[in-house]
Amino acid sequence: MFENVSRRNFLQGSAVLAAGLGLAGCSGDGGGDASSDGSTIKVGILGPHTGDVANYGIACRNGAQLYFDQLNADGGINGKQVEYLVEDEQGDPTQAVTAYNLLVEQGVVGIVGDVTTGPTTAVAQQSVNDNMPCVTPSATAAEIVTYGDNTFRACVTDPEQGRIMAAFANEQGYKNVGTLYLKGDDYNEGVNNAFVEEAQALGITITTEQSYSAGDVDFNSQLTTIIATNPDAILAPNYYEDDGLIVTQARQQGYTGVILGVDGWSGVADYASAEDLQNCYYCCAFSSANTEGLAAQFTADYEEAYGETPTNFCALGYDAAMVLAGGIAAAEEAGLEAGSDEYLQAVIDGIASGSVEGVTGTIAYDGTGDPVKSSLVLTFAEDGSEEVFETIDASA
Amino acid sequence: MDGVALIVSQVLNGLQLGSIYALVALGYTMVYGIILLLNFAHGDIIMAGAYILWIILAQLGLNPVIAMLLAVLGCTALGVLIDKVAYAPLRNAPRLSVLITAIGVSYFLENGAQLVFGADAKVVPSFAPVSNIQVGGLSLSFVALVTVLVTAASTIVLTFLVQKTKLGKAMRAVSEDMGAARLMGVNVNNTITFTFAVGSALAGIGAVLYVMAYPQATPTMGMMLGTKAFVAAVLGGIGSIPGAVVGAMLVGFAEVFVSAIGLSVWRDAVVFLLLIVVLIVRPTGIFGRTMSEKV
Repeated sequence: MFENVSRRNFLQGSAVLAAGLGLAGCSGDGGGDASSDGSTIKVGILGPHTGDVANYGIACRNGAQLYFDQLNADGGINGKQVEYLVEDEQGDPTQAVTAYNLLVEQGVVGIVGDVTTGPTTAVAQQSVNDNMPCVTPSATAAEIVTYGDNTFRACVTDPEQGRIMAAFANEQGYKNVGTLYLKGDDYNEGVNNAFVEEAQALGITITTEQSYSAGDVDFNSQLTTIIATNPDAILAPNYYEDDGLIVTQARQQGYTGVILGVDGWSGVADYASAEDLQNCYYCCAFSSANTEGLAAQFTADYEEAYGETPTNFCALGYDAAMVLAGGIAAAEEAGLEAGSDEYLQAVIDGIASGSVEGVTGTIAYDGTGDPVKSSLVLTFAEDGSEEVFETIDASA
Repeated sequence: MDGVALIVSQVLNGLQLGSIYALVALGYTMVYGIILLLNFAHGDIIMAGAYILWIILAQLGLNPVIAMLLAVLGCTALGVLIDKVAYAPLRNAPRLSVLITAIGVSYFLENGAQLVFGADAKVVPSFAPVSNIQVGGLSLSFVALVTVLVTAASTIVLTFLVQKTKLGKAMRAVSEDMGAARLMGVNVNNTITFTFAVGSALAGIGAVLYVMAYPQATPTMGMMLGTKAFVAAVLGGIGSIPGAVVGAMLVGFAEVFVSAIGLSVWRDAVVFLLLIVVLIVRPTGIFGRTMSEKV
């Protein structure tokens, strides 16, 4: 359905653009005049909205749409309304490139997406040819931002999470830490290795690094080995199903100390008892339990708009849209011709030099597409519900 | 934690893992002993037991004792039902047909569970009264101790049942020679059903202990568990009850040992390597008898 609409709007947009150009030629103050003509700025929202990983894509899309809707209600960018075109790539890299090309043909000046690592890599390689500004809410693989200057991400990388938890461990005064991670998975190993490297640099002793294979449910032996080294904390940088089992088994063995995790822990509260989850800490970009500032407002707005509690991905989608809008605002202020090469470059420069206050923290870029941003450290209340322990700054 | 405590803990880990394998392996070995069928659906009965526990504890919120009883009864009923529906009609069919049927039943149960409950793990709330107990300054897992004790008790009861009761005698007779047993007035069909019931009840107990230690139910949880228990039964000598227990303990200790020396990624490989070695060196397993082929 929207293809018809967007085609019509595309034609309409082109006409307005032409009119706007004419006006810009007459006076130096073209932007304001264009807005009275109802001129719009086109952006793309790209992600998997059907298929196996649709959960993530839909969450990011909802977050991004919420931001653009709010932006439009506040008057848009430079007096122009933002029109977002949504494309589904079903989690497939080939479809992602096709969907990306479709968005480019429709005249977008920036894209929120893609969402998962494989398709995002494909889009990053393609989009560098067009110098199209892309902000991925959630793809964490390191190489995504290396293909060109045009791709940014709103989330932090896997290794960065490891470094954040090492900083946390140091700050809490843990001197000896053992780790237990899933071997053969980029996420778990990436976090573990970065944690170990950073922790050792900070003077923390890594007592032992234990691992397990995909599908294992019995971690008793590894945990016995780790607990025997008398650690102040155990790092378990895995996904919540495994982490729930690890926490339960560690407590069964009588270990009452600290267990650390990263954002794969989101949702772990359903996988271990409230009692066992005491003394566990993990870092995450966003939590709906955050009662402070923009995050609390976002949670309320999201619940009103969609009738469900926002996840980490919803918040990152919202922030990715905000980052992109920040770049577009810079290009608009420069009064450049929408869609021109200079305009796209101005959007990229705007993102790279700007800084936005997102719901997942302050996002700024330090010469690369990787953000410098703060992270939440979450823990569990006595009833097992998530609560914010503290915010760790970007400089850590 | 000093060296002794570490060894005690690791031995307990090995016993715990071995005990769970033993309960499953016993079911494998009994069914094989009596109708020479490798019941590949046996591991999935544990899965069914885990979902029964989940339904009763997480969905209905009933008493854990009721949950445990219903899980064991449910597994027993399922085991008997599988025999009646899938295997009994093939009693006189070639063994390969029954074997393939068993694989089919296994897939049916796994995919059925996935259809009904979904692919994600269901969490069974903890129903152990305490998580650990202190013995002489040593913190031991309560669940591990219970698992070892219950398995030991189950094995003793089973041995008594097979060696000292009339039904046990009938089971041994059918396993020895089905035709001759029938001629001697043994009700072969009832005996086979009874064997399935006992084996599945043990799987039910296994499910309870498994879920206490690893409180999640997934559709495919029985697959690896069943395979490991099968390896244990073959290691010990399939058809032999003490063999199944010894084989299971070997598998459990091998896994824990491999993990303890930091090679956890190899634990499954070592188990199957053990199987290959035993099959080459002693094909009938540790307690296996060399049976002469009937011609």
